[in-house]
Amino acid sequence: MNVITDAICPFCGSLCDDLTIKVENNKITDIQRACVLGHNKIAGVTDHARIEAPLVRKDGELVETTYEDAIERAAEILVNSKRALSYGWSSTSCEAVSKAIELAEETGSVIDSCANVCHGPTTLAVHEKGSPAASLGQVKNRADLVIFWGCNPVHAHPRHMSRYSMYAKGFFTKKGRKGRHIAVVDVRETDTAKIADTYVQVDPGCDFMLLQAIRSAINDNEDVIPEIVGGVPKETILELATMMKEARFSCVFYGMGTTQTRSKYKNGDAVSSLLYDLNQYSKSVMIPMRGHYNVTGFGQVCNWETGYPNAVDFTRKFAYYNPGETGASDTLLRGDVDAALVAAADPGSHFAQEAVKCLAKIPLIQIDPYHNPTTELADIVIPAAVVGVEAEGTAYRMDSIPLRMKKFIDTDFKSDEQIVTDILEKVRELKRGA
Amino acid sequence: MSELIIKNAAVCDPLNGINCEKMDIAVKDGKIVESVSSNADTIDAKGKLTMAGAIDGHTHCAGKINVGRLMSPHDMRMNPVNGLSGLQPATSVTRAQAGYNTPNTFALGYRYSKLGYTTLSEAAISMMAAKHTHEEFESIPILDKWGLTLFGNNWQVMNYVRDEEPEKLAAYLAWGLRATRGFGIKVVNPGGGEAWGWGKNVTSIDDEVPDFDVTPREILVELAKANEDLNLPHSIHVHCNNLGKPGNYETTLDTMKIMEGIKAARDRQVLHLAHLQFHAYAGNSWREFESASTQLADYINTKDHLTFDMGQVIFGPAMTMTADGPLEYSNARMLHSKWSNKDVELEDGAGVVPIVYSPKSFVNSVQWAIGLELALLVDDPWKVMFTTDSPNGGSFVNYPEAYSLLMSAKKREQIIETLPELAIDRMVLPGIDRELSFYELAVMTRALQSKMFSVDTIGHLGIGANADIAIYDIIPDKIDAGIEHEKVKQALSATSYTIKSGNLVVQDGEIVSSPRGKTYWVNASGRVPSEINEVTLKDIQNNFRKYYTVAMSNYVVDDHYLPNPIEINTQEA
Repeated sequence: MNVITDAICPFCGSLCDDLTIKVENNKITDIQRACVLGHNKIAGVTDHARIEAPLVRKDGELVETTYEDAIERAAEILVNSKRALSYGWSSTSCEAVSKAIELAEETGSVIDSCANVCHGPTTLAVHEKGSPAASLGQVKNRADLVIFWGCNPVHAHPRHMSRYSMYAKGFFTKKGRKGRHIAVVDVRETDTAKIADTYVQVDPGCDFMLLQAIRSAINDNEDVIPEIVGGVPKETILELATMMKEARFSCVFYGMGTTQTRSKYKNGDAVSSLLYDLNQYSKSVMIPMRGHYNVTGFGQVCNWETGYPNAVDFTRKFAYYNPGETGASDTLLRGDVDAALVAAADPGSHFAQEAVKCLAKIPLIQIDPYHNPTTELADIVIPAAVVGVEAEGTAYRMDSIPLRMKKFIDTDFKSDEQIVTDILEKVRELKRGA
Repeated sequence: MSELIIKNAAVCDPLNGINCEKMDIAVKDGKIVESVSSNADTIDAKGKLTMAGAIDGHTHCAGKINVGRLMSPHDMRMNPVNGLSGLQPATSVTRAQAGYNTPNTFALGYRYSKLGYTTLSEAAISMMAAKHTHEEFESIPILDKWGLTLFGNNWQVMNYVRDEEPEKLAAYLAWGLRATRGFGIKVVNPGGGEAWGWGKNVTSIDDEVPDFDVTPREILVELAKANEDLNLPHSIHVHCNNLGKPGNYETTLDTMKIMEGIKAARDRQVLHLAHLQFHAYAGNSWREFESASTQLADYINTKDHLTFDMGQVIFGPAMTMTADGPLEYSNARMLHSKWSNKDVELEDGAGVVPIVYSPKSFVNSVQWAIGLELALLVDDPWKVMFTTDSPNGGSFVNYPEAYSLLMSAKKREQIIETLPELAIDRMVLPGIDRELSFYELAVMTRALQSKMFSVDTIGHLGIGANADIAIYDIIPDKIDAGIEHEKVKQALSATSYTIKSGNLVVQDGEIVSSPRGKTYWVNASGRVPSEINEVTLKDIQNNFRKYYTVAMSNYVVDDHYLPNPIEINTQEA
């Protein structure tokens, strides 16, 4: 039996690295300390139905083929396209992302990550105002006030609270939960709100106004705050502001409740602006609750390799970035791409109907371990190893701390990194021939 | 194997005492050799200025620079230096390029190579994010790299300093260098970074660090001693307390003075002061702000225990990035600028803030002058490393602009004339007529680095050195740099040839090949007795169990991240 300790969970942006995995005869027999989400993902590698072989669509039906054939067909599609979309890459390794960027550059494609429909506005907010952040251990060791804004870690990041935020005990926080005030701002009373000390119910779409009101209170401009802002009484706003000012160290964890509601990136900007002023009185930082375990890594790699964090268009052979125009959804909604490569993502489920219609019309290559609604639209399906279980590689936690994902079991499936490397090689071969 | 002969080179190689002498250079298998066979490829240098590949001993090229990129998408299209900035399409040998102050990794590699640089020293590796630095290193083509690891606000360091445990301190540093694959010890605003964990700072080398009962003075001295006990190739590399504040030169002098008694383990300085320009300010307020370069240069001219780098300011937009978290917050507040911060548990912090150095601003003008003053007032070029603290003082692509300023009093005069009168009153530059020679420039950009980092295979062109060579389109004895400064600047902006490890990478200012570079790291664990190592490891493990949010085994940088390593073992030295 092989026991793997300090194993890293390839599910969410918390990237818990304390799992113990037992393997017998190349089968995972025990998973310790993972949450229900992580457990399902790791166990699912054998429990859930996998795409068993490369598939190609013939006469409307997906039929089995070889890796070689699938990769050659994928390369042909990309070489023949004028402007392809490469999308996803958030549940895979940085090494695969790096290759995917090289492929996008080589084929003059648009490349984008799942942040397009998630924390993309967060990066726009950083462009505008910067991001006063910290590693999660600063929260664990120092924070006496934690605010969860538009996020619900009880369900989305289950071990976040015990490892980093709500319950964690550290050097200056020996009392853990007892020494820490927890506030939740959300449109509904989530399960996280139920275990918080303070719950503030904000009207949908009013986060920006509420953030600005708190900022006014912090700057001693109480007189400009109306009696009620976004459904929140002025009294509560003043309490929140006082709480933040008097804390020794506070952290605002913010989720899609801020990035994908009205005002979008302006909400992240407002959090950053609030902290810009608050830090005159009290130390305060902000950390986005990133979803996919390596969506942060995509942003990092894309930024250092292209200069931009996502939504990069290589049609002109150099990197062109204009989110709103070059994002995955944007190009699909305009019908502005003539082929697509989707990896480690499921736009078939998550994108707007009009965007999915475009995906259905154009040649679509999918790289994924599992069947999902995108598979139904795909013309070529290339099965992949599950990174973090069957393949190793680098991932970045939500606070941009890099960790090396381990491989627990062997597989005959190729890794994403290998598949993209093979496609790239084939593309270059075809281009040389042409 | 591959052979190359460079004929008719005007070689400027200070480490070997060669001052623009006409000679041939033979290259075999990536090294400089006595002679090669008649089959060797030939480059006719036609009497052009030929130097060793330059070494940027203090640059921010990997790690935090990515925060700078994220904050400045506008920087990617900015193109103030033709051929060395802005968006450039991919070619058959190069990847797509972008940026000016915060270029993408590929642009960093190509553009440094075009300037004749072949080695970079990243100024700060954040320990917990060291894999990130190495991932970016791997992505930067052509150049060799190393990074200096941040230790100046580390809990375990401060605990050992307070508890007077120098052996454990050395053991921890050796472990940390190995865990991060770092080259040396970087100290940034010692104690101030920890205070910033609570939104505070320290203001002198004798302030107490909150909760840790130590002072910056103690941290500095004990780290310097441990550095020498470990026989590290580089000295401690210090970013002093109080960066950027009027009157800070006194803190800088204090920091230099406390190192006088430290005994060097090698033939080099015991203290390197980073970007001294930012630490050379007199006056008690911004209104009184003035240059203190004379006070610092007077001290440095009488001492031999230290080196420094300029931190020259370039007029125009720049991006400040430093582990000095509290400084960046005050920068952002003062400049009304956007602000990013990144504290790292148990270790250090970082901040990133964009800035514009304007020749209309009296403070910025004086800052511009101070960098030049320091380089020109310190008599011995072997104490002065050329830098802009890229991209803090300005992007590295402006180095030729700064070279020509050092080499031409006339050019300096022309610029000074345009500056605010108040600024001219507060600087000493107008009275300095010294003009650096190519030889002195070669010291500040190559030879000194070889000595101060104790890497004897780079920074010179002697037999056995790496064949890292830069050939510029200048005939040294046919040009008066003092007058023809524009010509000098143009020639130093794009090499005729850059050769990296024997491979031709730049020809006539264009990239012609893009081989992979190497990463240096320092293994000092042989200097640590095993019983000391064992007890220190227990302390390290304890910190991981109780306070870190990652496991110790996942923290260390493994071999995957250094596909092309050069290990320097301090036991063998």
